[in-house]
Amino acid sequence: MAKRPVYLDLFRIHLPPAGWVSVLHRISGVLLFVAMPLGVWGLSVSLSGEDGFRRMADCFSFPLARPFLLLLIWALVHHGLAGLRHLALDAHWGVEPRRARQTSVAVLLASGLVALFAAWRLFA
Amino acid sequence: MKTATGSHTGTGAWLMQRATALVLAAALPGLMIHFLSAWPHDFSGWQALFAPRWSRVLIWLTGATLALHAWVGMRDIFMDYVHSMAVRLALVLAVMITLAGSVVWLAAILFDVTHGSAA
Repeated sequence: MAKRPVYLDLFRIHLPPAGWVSVLHRISGVLLFVAMPLGVWGLSVSLSGEDGFRRMADCFSFPLARPFLLLLIWALVHHGLAGLRHLALDAHWGVEPRRARQTSVAVLLASGLVALFAAWRLFA
Repeated sequence: MKTATGSHTGTGAWLMQRATALVLAAALPGLMIHFLSAWPHDFSGWQALFAPRWSRVLIWLTGATLALHAWVGMRDIFMDYVHSMAVRLALVLAVMITLAGSVVWLAAILFDVTHGSAA
């Protein structure tokens, strides 16, 4: 295999919005994968009885629980919206560069706004 | 040599990723509305959300669909970034065990008749 130049200075890489949507789609997907067994565990504890339910509810008073939940909410919304955009592109809708740019900015903004709203509900 | 995780399995996986994506795009918002509209404050309210059989069946089907979707996605990521076949196979195996375990565990929670906690 030919040696390719590698350029990975994260602070100097300038991605177009569609590139950010794509990278974040992957990162959010991995986050949601990690959340799945955690969610099943939480469900198991919370349904095991009064005690478990209270223990699970108390989990949210840990300092890191709410930021983590917020991250997961953002990941879910971003992954879902970016995924719908991807499906639209598969169907050749919104493929023109101008349109593709607009929809990618829309995905980034919408998931950011939902995350802001969730942050307000979680922390305020 | 035929490899276990090669590009020859691509079309089926690609289709499954899209099909499961469509199902999840409908199921997850539906479930979230179902839960948030009756958000419980105590254990009995929480338990009541899982009482109807249709609710448990839908939650389990959504979980199983999610696992299939996540499997294709994780496999794609490993195929892109992990070039050592041994490491890649180990990672794919770990993901499969995690996801299959989660789905079986979810079924045990939702349809556990011996403890009857959710029923």
